[in-house]
Amino acid sequence: MSRDDRLVDTTPMQVIELPGVEHWRLHRDDDKLLWLALDCAGASTNTLSAAVLGELAVALDAASEARPRGLVLHSAKPNGFAAGADIRAFDDMLDPDQTARQIDEVHALFARLENLPFPTVARVHGFCLGGGLELALACRHVVADDASATRLGFPEILLGIHPGFGGTVRSIRQCGALAALDLMLTGRAVNARRARALGLVDRAVPRRHLDAAARHFAGMWHTRREPAWWKQAVSHGLLRPLTARALRHVVARKAPEQHYPAPYALLRLWARHGGDETRMYRAEARSIAELLTTSTSRNLVRLFMLQERLKGFGREAGKPIRHVHVVGAGTMGGDIAAWCALRGLQVTLQDRGAEYLGGAVRRAHRLFERRVRDRYERLAARDRLVVDLDGHGIGRADVVIEAIVEDVAAKRALFRAVEAQARPDALLATNTSSIELGEIAAALDDPARLVGVHFFNPVAQMQLVEIVSGGATRAAVAARAAAFVAAIDRLPLPAQSAPGFLVNRVLSPYLQEAFSLLAEGVDTAYIDETARAFGMPMGPLELADTVGLDICLHVGEILAAAFGGEVPGVLREQVTRGRLGVKSKAGFYEHGKRRRPAAKGRRDVAAADVRDRLVLRMVNEAVACLREGIVADADLVDVGMVFGTGFAPFRGGPLNYARERGVSEVLTRLRQLEAQHGARFAADSGWDGFGRDAQ
Amino acid sequence: MAVSSSRSAAGHAPARPVYIVDGARTPFLKARTGPGPFRPSDLAVHAGRALLARQPFAPEAIDQVILGCIMPGPEEANIARVVALRLGCGDRVPAWTVQRNCATGMQAIDSAAQDIGAGRAELVLAGGTEAMSHAPVLWSPRMAAWLAQWAAARTFRQRLGLLGALRPAYFKPVIALLLGLTDPVVGLSMGQTAEIISRRYGITRTDMDAYAVRSHQRLAAAQSEGRLDEIVPLFDDDGGVHLHDDGVRPDSSLDKLARLKPFFDREFGNVTPGNSSQITDGAAWLLLASETAVEQYALPVLGRMVDSQWAGLDPRQMGFGPVHAATPLLKRRRLGFDKIDYWEINEAFAGQVLACQRAFADEAYCRDELNLRGAMGEIADERLNVDGGAVALGHPVGTSGARIVLHLLKVLEQRQARRGVAAICIGGGQGGAMLLERA
Repeated sequence: MSRDDRLVDTTPMQVIELPGVEHWRLHRDDDKLLWLALDCAGASTNTLSAAVLGELAVALDAASEARPRGLVLHSAKPNGFAAGADIRAFDDMLDPDQTARQIDEVHALFARLENLPFPTVARVHGFCLGGGLELALACRHVVADDASATRLGFPEILLGIHPGFGGTVRSIRQCGALAALDLMLTGRAVNARRARALGLVDRAVPRRHLDAAARHFAGMWHTRREPAWWKQAVSHGLLRPLTARALRHVVARKAPEQHYPAPYALLRLWARHGGDETRMYRAEARSIAELLTTSTSRNLVRLFMLQERLKGFGREAGKPIRHVHVVGAGTMGGDIAAWCALRGLQVTLQDRGAEYLGGAVRRAHRLFERRVRDRYERLAARDRLVVDLDGHGIGRADVVIEAIVEDVAAKRALFRAVEAQARPDALLATNTSSIELGEIAAALDDPARLVGVHFFNPVAQMQLVEIVSGGATRAAVAARAAAFVAAIDRLPLPAQSAPGFLVNRVLSPYLQEAFSLLAEGVDTAYIDETARAFGMPMGPLELADTVGLDICLHVGEILAAAFGGEVPGVLREQVTRGRLGVKSKAGFYEHGKRRRPAAKGRRDVAAADVRDRLVLRMVNEAVACLREGIVADADLVDVGMVFGTGFAPFRGGPLNYARERGVSEVLTRLRQLEAQHGARFAADSGWDGFGRDAQ
Repeated sequence: MAVSSSRSAAGHAPARPVYIVDGARTPFLKARTGPGPFRPSDLAVHAGRALLARQPFAPEAIDQVILGCIMPGPEEANIARVVALRLGCGDRVPAWTVQRNCATGMQAIDSAAQDIGAGRAELVLAGGTEAMSHAPVLWSPRMAAWLAQWAAARTFRQRLGLLGALRPAYFKPVIALLLGLTDPVVGLSMGQTAEIISRRYGITRTDMDAYAVRSHQRLAAAQSEGRLDEIVPLFDDDGGVHLHDDGVRPDSSLDKLARLKPFFDREFGNVTPGNSSQITDGAAWLLLASETAVEQYALPVLGRMVDSQWAGLDPRQMGFGPVHAATPLLKRRRLGFDKIDYWEINEAFAGQVLACQRAFADEAYCRDELNLRGAMGEIADERLNVDGGAVALGHPVGTSGARIVLHLLKVLEQRQARRGVAAICIGGGQGGAMLLERA
């Protein structure tokens, strides 16, 4: 047995051989209890692939044969119980009939587990998500480690599907429909104590008692947990349709059905079959088999895999990163420092004077209040963030991040000083969003040391971080920067240093076009509504107000200087009048108690025209970036725009959108728009290459 | 009456030299309305982090952490260990908490010096912390007994009976801070002991108020001239930045102070809140090192802790404590007042510091109370508390002893002087004194 599935107490264990099985291991202890460990071969995380599930059948045969008093199902991986189904296999599930048949088989397997003639217990630690949670729920009892690392949930909805291994039935059976649907519709994960309150698990206990709790439930028959009568009431045939309709309304406010079919399918499934488990299992299999073929699901699954690819960029086996020094305690610097402290790093935060740091400390504490439940962990996070006015941390840090004003001379001077004090192996990073990396690096004795680590605002919500390499940046330095970003749970995207890098560069034409529409007298709210209807989380003008119009203007000027074009007058006018967006309570909207547009305008422009003008300019710019090699390939453009800007995830990114809509159609549209509105719609020369690949 | 002398076992020079290499403290925050933004451990952690961040060694390299605190919060048992762990000193660094009432912070330094002097440690972090604004408000013992009975009551009848036995007086809160500032043996408040000793030397209300005004003016000057560089800023959860000791009143004047009413002896007393030390939150740390540690890490030496002395005296006249402690210390080292460049005597009360000055100069006092042949001497005003004291910046009881030692070292450094004495009076009738030298 490896160290990690060692049981807390040292009961002698006897191995039961499972011939031909590589992912499961079975032991018997002196109390005639069986311990079945899931230990996926060649992986650090358990997933339920077809092979794993096939072998479970063999293991269950062996277990039945052994006639034990009970069985404990657990994981041999330190990080958790199981992360869910094997998402890589989703790519092959294009035939709904065949998929439904495969899922029926899994249902039969889980039903066998559920109906074993002895008590079964899932002993859960770490993450227990999706298919993993469904497997646990097929056991008679579940006991969970109450540490904060334990997360139980159904994230399927984030992949455009819903639970498919009987989870819809069993979670509702355990928690009642409202609580279970809430979990499945939001995809949020809960800790063990919350799971206990919901009825998902029987006990949430400290790790030291986890095995004792498992033994307790496996040793003899106990009553199964059941939701209170009032939680079951909504499932009654008379109330179910009403409840489902009410929930549809709630869901519709967040996710329209034409873009996100899965929540609606889940509600339909429950509304129709909630009273009959057998039929609901069958309908669940059918429903998920169909959802897997929707473009929404395929795009979300693709993004999930791309996200894994980005995490892979951070898999550098260097020295662990422990201490980060941040220079500049403005919004970005302060929030980067707070985020690093939240993720467990020692942080020193420096600025010119104490008066600049109060705000950063306040925001950090707000972040810890929101994100850290446990008061002792919260205190530890606060203690990890140290204000360091004199920059003593520079000499100790593994990473030094600069986040001061966007001024080349200031940054150069700073990095000269930092280079002299920092450890020779320390990573020197700049959070610049607009200055070419080489210009700053030139000040260093070793320009190859400097790398861009470009976070997005708000740091706590935007997962993407651009890892920017200038011409001189050493590859190993960029790799180390990616490792740092991955270590703080963000997604590193390697990019080349060119004005705007990837995300701001592609986003900019979208904003510019919104300003042009505005200048033509089109209604503010109408422009934003159209963008939201396309699937953007925020319209371009709301976004500009949120980012700050002065910042938009600054970025616009830099990009205009680099690529031609001009900064729209409407934007400059707002800034001159001191209307900077949300931060000054006025911009394109008045941000009072209730937000309302600052001006009304025409709504007689076709929504499709507004949409194409906004989106296709962005798509066109994305193609240009691809041609210039700002990022390595089209997938990275897409994943960057989705996680850097919230570009409609179900559309899979701007280039995927062009591909799905058809490259020739997009080009036709661009030509039309160019004829109407001018050269800014001229198709980029990169379309030739992209079109060929997209065929 | 208690007598202390150089025969006392309470003082002896350390066997190995003890160096003070660095120190830092928080700004002292005057208690205004209700508990301040920091608990005692938070204050100590903030000051300690800044101090450790600038050292060439990791926090784990420290051998021992000693922290003084009179009123740690209920969740801060052995507060030194709580703080050491929060400072990142790691599991392996032992830590203990000391208490000697008003001299608690000085006791922490003395204990650290003993460890280093005896060769038991090379590097010790020592200091004091106090959040007097967090002093608890308690139930009276009668109320506590009633609550215990209520918890034990089983039947409705019992509970009904208990409800009937509840008296309004039980709800009267007990203010721990006031109890803590009252001598539990002789029943006098600290302010009353100051009345006793200032009466003994005929120190007037005007003398006291003039001293207080000077303390504020000296602190204000030290602040504006940047002489308090031992202070590291504090940041609270709401974004507040605390840079300076905020009890200072640069516009303090005799006129203004004359308007205040005596607080402790209301009708005929002279001691007012204006000429007493303030109720304040704050923490101070010093880093003590042996010669080995100084060499190993190439530490800059701020000064040397040469010798120390503790003394006991009549609790009713505890304010004379500095006289009783400093005298045997200087006699033992054969040092006259002319050899002492600067003094820090903690300003518990303006009248108390003035009384100490008079007693040192009083042949009768020195003869009768200290077994000397003549007076110790005069401490010149311009050598005493040159940057103000607790009357202006406050007296967080667990902290002040460490603060005056730290600041005395800063004074010696800034003024290129050689030798100084830090002394403090201790509620309950004790005095502490420490002899410091610049290397």
